[in-house]
Amino acid sequence: MKRRTALALATAVGVALTGGLAAAEEYKVGVLLPFSGVYAGLGAHIENGFKLGLEHFGADLGDNTITTIRADTEANPGSTLAKSKKMVLQDKADVLVGIVSSAVLGGMRDFIHNSGTPLVVANAGNNDMTGVKCSPNIIRVSFSNAQINRPMGTWLAKQGKKKVYLMAPDYAAGHQMMEAFRKTFTEAGGEIIGEAYPPLQGTKDYGPYLTAAKATNPDAIYVFFAGGAAITFVKQYHGFGIGKDIPLYGAGFLTSAAYVHVQGEAADGTVASLHYVPAIDTPENKRFQEGYQAAYEGKLGSEFAVQGYDAARLIIEAIKASGGDKAAFKAALSKVSFSGPRGPLRIDPATNNVVQNIYVFKNEFKDGKIVQTVLDTATDVQDAPNGCAM
Amino acid sequence: MLADSSFWIVQILNSLQLSMLLFLLSVGLTVIFGLMNFVNLAHGSLYALGALVGFTIARATQSMWAAYLLAPVIVTAIGAVLYMLLIDRLRSAGPMKQVLVTFGLIFVLLDVQKYVWGTDQLGVTSGVPFSGSIEILGQIYPAYRLFIIAVGVAVFALLYLLLEHTRLGAEVRAGVDDPETASCLGVNVERTFFVVFLIGCALAGLAGVVAMPEFSAEAGMGVAILVPTLVVVVVGGLGSLRGALAGSLLIGTTLTFGTVFVPQFAGIIMYALLVAVLLVRPAGLFPARG
Repeated sequence: MKRRTALALATAVGVALTGGLAAAEEYKVGVLLPFSGVYAGLGAHIENGFKLGLEHFGADLGDNTITTIRADTEANPGSTLAKSKKMVLQDKADVLVGIVSSAVLGGMRDFIHNSGTPLVVANAGNNDMTGVKCSPNIIRVSFSNAQINRPMGTWLAKQGKKKVYLMAPDYAAGHQMMEAFRKTFTEAGGEIIGEAYPPLQGTKDYGPYLTAAKATNPDAIYVFFAGGAAITFVKQYHGFGIGKDIPLYGAGFLTSAAYVHVQGEAADGTVASLHYVPAIDTPENKRFQEGYQAAYEGKLGSEFAVQGYDAARLIIEAIKASGGDKAAFKAALSKVSFSGPRGPLRIDPATNNVVQNIYVFKNEFKDGKIVQTVLDTATDVQDAPNGCAM
Repeated sequence: MLADSSFWIVQILNSLQLSMLLFLLSVGLTVIFGLMNFVNLAHGSLYALGALVGFTIARATQSMWAAYLLAPVIVTAIGAVLYMLLIDRLRSAGPMKQVLVTFGLIFVLLDVQKYVWGTDQLGVTSGVPFSGSIEILGQIYPAYRLFIIAVGVAVFALLYLLLEHTRLGAEVRAGVDDPETASCLGVNVERTFFVVFLIGCALAGLAGVVAMPEFSAEAGMGVAILVPTLVVVVVGGLGSLRGALAGSLLIGTTLTFGTVFVPQFAGIIMYALLVAVLLVRPAGLFPARG
């Protein structure tokens, strides 16, 4: 390995001297995604996007090549730590990519921090992983929980909503999302008049919570729910007729492109904020959506697919920028910037979190299906270091 | 919030709906308990199986009515297999072994559910009856939840007729009251127990499939509802239909209003109520055996 690195270095120097001749290196990418369990659906979206990204931008690699190895993380921090150790120590992966669950990311954080092998996070949004627990080896191309919700506090206050009720499942992400919203919303003069945190597990009966929220007579209800819980929540919100008097707002996972068609009419009128909406009108997004729908039975590319797509591009751009020099590759990862399906994005060297646009979008039920349109865009949303020292 | 009549109307309907689900679950459990002093802790798993099997049937047939009919039948069949393999042998084994075995059964059935259906939340989107909302006392309320209440009331009425006006009902009452004497008088208590056990399984399955369209189905949903169900059985008093209904209403209302007014203590209030009832009436509110 040492000899190989030395050889790579020598080649890199050679390339620098002769100017142009690319070194042919093989980059081993360890894909860590949930292929079974609660998050299997998200894992599939991210992997599909990742493959499409390799296909679309593979030409930028020059003579370098990427080979992937994959492992199932389920939602299991213990087994994922073991699998990531195998990838780094035995398979000699150059970079790891993936990780949906923040709990799984938390479990492998120290190993990655000490390993010297970079990890490109393609979903897990826990603020702390690019905050107090940040690491030069952890580069997040997806989002942070705070980043999604922060612009919405300011935006909603500007819409004249003064009294808002909060609701989210009772776990770390739920609380982080609500806190980020609360901060900017109250700073902009809004007031949180009540909040509820139903349990994450168990029967999904939001009836009592919704009835209590309605009785406080808020101007709006702001929530975070994702996946199956989001589908159930939106349907019950509609079933209780609350949307007639009180509009529903939330973190965009509430009406994700991945399942808003299942919510159907119940999602009508809901306004949410997210780092990607399929409705973004740019050539980059058009190329992504066309490629994705052609490859995957006409299914809409979701924000999760975009995260995979951009993760692939991030790795390719870093390989390109470091010109086949593996030592420079790691440092190059946190300097990448490009315009992808979700607009311009770059990695913030201070935290290694992505800096990106956040879109406020509306769901409207027209002719039997939900149409999402972008109402507003918060550009270059960047997290404060929040205790991160690289 | 307190002065708002719409809040109370809707919240009372919410309590009724939760109570009816608890009733469907607890009524089978309490009669089995009362008849044979047998605790089936895996009863909640049958509820989850009802929801999951119902999901599969609804997806395959595109009809919830097929699911309402077939899911309880399949859950009853699973219950019959469990009865023959395990429960029959445990009848004379004493409460400790019964609790341990049925407790273990919870985990076995949980892993079976995870293996077959995964751990995601599953829900049906088409073919659900009563899927809109209706106006009741000036409030918009999901029609499906009223359907859940109606199912609970209908099952209570049927069981009441069954217990009070049929030979099986008389045998069950006799068996709960004094199994030895009933047995001496020619009542086949063994057979009665088996039939009651199967009815209990069917009702648990029914509760699961009825809950599924509104609350979605997921592996492990039976574990969360088991504790309130056991509390209902103890508060209501063993072996009685009236007790199961009264206990369900009490616990359903406590849980609904508890989550609203004191969300941190909703669970604790239920236990406090349990302790209070047991202090005043150690055998529960309406025990079948005085």
